[in-house]
Amino acid sequence: MSRYIPNTRHQQGEMLKELGMGSPEQLFESIPEEARLKKPLDLPKALSEPELVKHMQEIAGKNANLDEYTCFLGAGAYDHYIPSVVGHVLSRQEFYTSYTPYQPEISQGTLQAIFEYQTMICQLTGMDVANASMYDGATALTEAAVMACQAVKRNEVLVASSVHPESRTVLKTYSRFNGCDVKEIGYSDGRVDLEELESKISGRTAAVIVQNPNFFGIIENLSEIAALAHKYGALFIVSADPISLAVLKSPGEAGADIAVGEGQPLGNPLNFGGPYLGFFAAKKELLRRMPGRIAGETIDAEGRRGFVLTMQTREQHIRREKATSNICSNQALNALAATVYLTVMGKQGLKEVADLCLQKSHYAYEKLTATGKFQPVFSAPFFKEFVVRAKEPVSDLNRRLLGSKIIGGLEIEKFYPEIQNGWLVAVTEKRTREEIDQLAGKAVGV
Amino acid sequence: MSSREVKLIFEKSREGRRAYSLPECDVPRKDMADLIPEELLRQTPADLPEVSEVDAVRHFTALSRRNHGVDSGFYPLGSCTMKYNPKVNEDVARLSGFTRVHPYQPEDTVQGCLELMYKADRMLAEITGMERVSLQPAAGAHGELTGLMIIKAYHESRGQGKRNKIIVPDSAHGTNPASAAVAGFEVLEVKSNERGCVDVEALKALMSDEIAGLMLTNPNTLGLFEENITEIAEIVHNAGGLLYYDGANANAIVGISRPGDMGFDVVHLNLHKTFSTPHGGGGPGSGPVGVKKELVPFLPVPLIEYSDGRYYLDYDRPLSIGRVKSFYGNFNVVVKAYAYIMSQGHEGLKEVAQAAVLNANYLMKKLKEYYHLPYDRVCMHEFVLSGVKQKEKGVSTLDIAKRLLDFGYHPPTVYFPLIVKEALMIEPTETESKETLDEFIDAMIQIAREAETEPEKVKGAPHTTVVGRLDEVRAARMPVLRWTGHSK
Repeated sequence: MSRYIPNTRHQQGEMLKELGMGSPEQLFESIPEEARLKKPLDLPKALSEPELVKHMQEIAGKNANLDEYTCFLGAGAYDHYIPSVVGHVLSRQEFYTSYTPYQPEISQGTLQAIFEYQTMICQLTGMDVANASMYDGATALTEAAVMACQAVKRNEVLVASSVHPESRTVLKTYSRFNGCDVKEIGYSDGRVDLEELESKISGRTAAVIVQNPNFFGIIENLSEIAALAHKYGALFIVSADPISLAVLKSPGEAGADIAVGEGQPLGNPLNFGGPYLGFFAAKKELLRRMPGRIAGETIDAEGRRGFVLTMQTREQHIRREKATSNICSNQALNALAATVYLTVMGKQGLKEVADLCLQKSHYAYEKLTATGKFQPVFSAPFFKEFVVRAKEPVSDLNRRLLGSKIIGGLEIEKFYPEIQNGWLVAVTEKRTREEIDQLAGKAVGV
Repeated sequence: MSSREVKLIFEKSREGRRAYSLPECDVPRKDMADLIPEELLRQTPADLPEVSEVDAVRHFTALSRRNHGVDSGFYPLGSCTMKYNPKVNEDVARLSGFTRVHPYQPEDTVQGCLELMYKADRMLAEITGMERVSLQPAAGAHGELTGLMIIKAYHESRGQGKRNKIIVPDSAHGTNPASAAVAGFEVLEVKSNERGCVDVEALKALMSDEIAGLMLTNPNTLGLFEENITEIAEIVHNAGGLLYYDGANANAIVGISRPGDMGFDVVHLNLHKTFSTPHGGGGPGSGPVGVKKELVPFLPVPLIEYSDGRYYLDYDRPLSIGRVKSFYGNFNVVVKAYAYIMSQGHEGLKEVAQAAVLNANYLMKKLKEYYHLPYDRVCMHEFVLSGVKQKEKGVSTLDIAKRLLDFGYHPPTVYFPLIVKEALMIEPTETESKETLDEFIDAMIQIAREAETEPEKVKGAPHTTVVGRLDEVRAARMPVLRWTGHSK
């Protein structure tokens, strides 16, 4: 018997007897003969625990991991430092083996953590209300667009082409089916082209979506875009890097109606792309249209403070096909990681992280451009990531760097063919001066 | 559970305390104002808490003690498959070769990740009787949405764009109609018959050339196998529709029967249910979608392919619906599910279903004397009781659920499915022993007796938890959704 099944054959026999059955097959008689499996599944032979560990180590060993390589790759997923405390809290079985807090009396831990998470997301984004998290930044952005269309009762969405390409692709996939009409606004010197936005925006526009810092790492002038969106009665949606919010003008300060973003930088490992979390916050007028779970404070009969899932009349298990979204989960453990991360970093620590990213990325930018082998592509201010143009195909450059155990920046041509030989380099607080100098040295080549 | 109130982390904050440790800036420092114009900078600092490391650890440890997890005790939450989450899977998923890998690294440097995903795709396809599986959807509901988009794209590609209606049984999970609506479908409901299964005649009456497909959970939410499944499949297929399998209840049939062999065309699985990955307090999950051969071109991009000894991401798929999520899905959850399948093999998976179904039937047999059982026949991995007998005494299903908390159990799913009054949906899973089940049975019998003899005790439950029943009406009417004080 499997080590995860406690009942012995003898006990199972007793239980079958209790049911008046002679064999387990009798339990499955309601399955029509033609739908029953006729031969064993073609799966590998079961591994014992030591064999499994060895097998998994072998597969993991085929990847270049960032304990061994120095990472200058970002583009939506970042190698930030994760304090030791985060992993220890997440390893508490009471958190990771529990489910959705449907029974609040025995789920106060998860519920209070969500309440604290929602508060921190509001603090960071400068918005009034936040939900308990979404699948990732891309789906949060997409749900924000859907919500805006429903709230404004229009169906055109203008999205900056400097928003993460994968977020735009997800938005397009959904919009093919939900009736949103997505149009892109180009960029000029790496920022949203305001003239183009002005020429395209109209009384049909439900929302304008930008990312800050955008995919090129550049800081957008959010207030200008907000004014333009609001002039036409459209909602302004900002997808923000949460680390940058320690120093950059918050979406709330800039006049955004909805703030979303990829929460991975907040204490979540890279994990080859997931699981991450999408954060989602909005102005209070939009609360009843928000997707996803929301925790709220209340009291019990004795007046003790407690937390519950609330505003559930928006959700699928009550509203079914009339729900604001089909989402029925959140990335609870990832949101918990973000909450622990923000607790440990705190008001000062997050600012320091942001400042280190800013300082080191600018140092790297200067080092690279000073070599003469890399040219600036944009002149607008950036935060922790920038684009430079190499004199050779970026794939060749990155291959050479791999030899020195460096994971180079993104070959941005894959997403923006017009930026030939463009290299999107990310520098987090973890990169040392020595590593940056080495990058600049090796990147120049022979 | 600890009963002392845990203050909010913000209420513990004291200016100047710190829990972080960062290196000093080792590059020549520039003034922030020289790098970023003032108007782009934040005016009011984010009021995050300031605590020491020990404060942080004690705070979250205290919170954890106010939670019930699978390791804490029995968790028979119907349709959620709260089985034990093997520890070794957590260990292997934490290997740096999985966690410390960037999604945009060159393919040559992530061959292990790609191999694991490719093999997981193939194994899940074998288990479900599908051709290929996309691991991109992040959860069951996300898988449903993806599967429905695939169905729509398939019909459109054949000039059948008018097929805009999806049929969903009245016993279905709420996500089914919600996902169908998000995918742009109109939802039609088909009734269940007196045996708790899809009413075949009612289904036939709904057929037309506007039908895109039928979504079905099998076994359904009553825990009953749709005994007419092959006939149902024929009816839908003959009308030009497709069959969608909601894999929420796949724990009942894994290794015994395959959705593909039942006639389903599109399947989603919940790796956090059948394949033992932890629920994480509500996520992350993973909801891979598998399809039959003719639907493979419509799967999200990228798929993982293999040729000439190397794995690669295939984006060259012109009919694909596109992406539904960044990157490649909840990869680290897939790692745990892969490890689980590798530790089970065919025999292990078959034993899972057998033991899960046996546990459910044993519980059902023992409890039906005390609680009304609306559909009294052999169940699959779960069954639905009704609290109507107790309701006559003024004790509701909610009261019964709350009383179970006093015995240290997570209650069953309540008031679902909607077609059973005062429903109690019980799913023990295979990872519980007969002793655990017997103790639970005793508690349930005691509560049934209390409903007769001292109903107030049940109605006032729970008596032992850190808070009593919370005022949910107040929470919704006067929403307090964030802390609004000021830190010290």
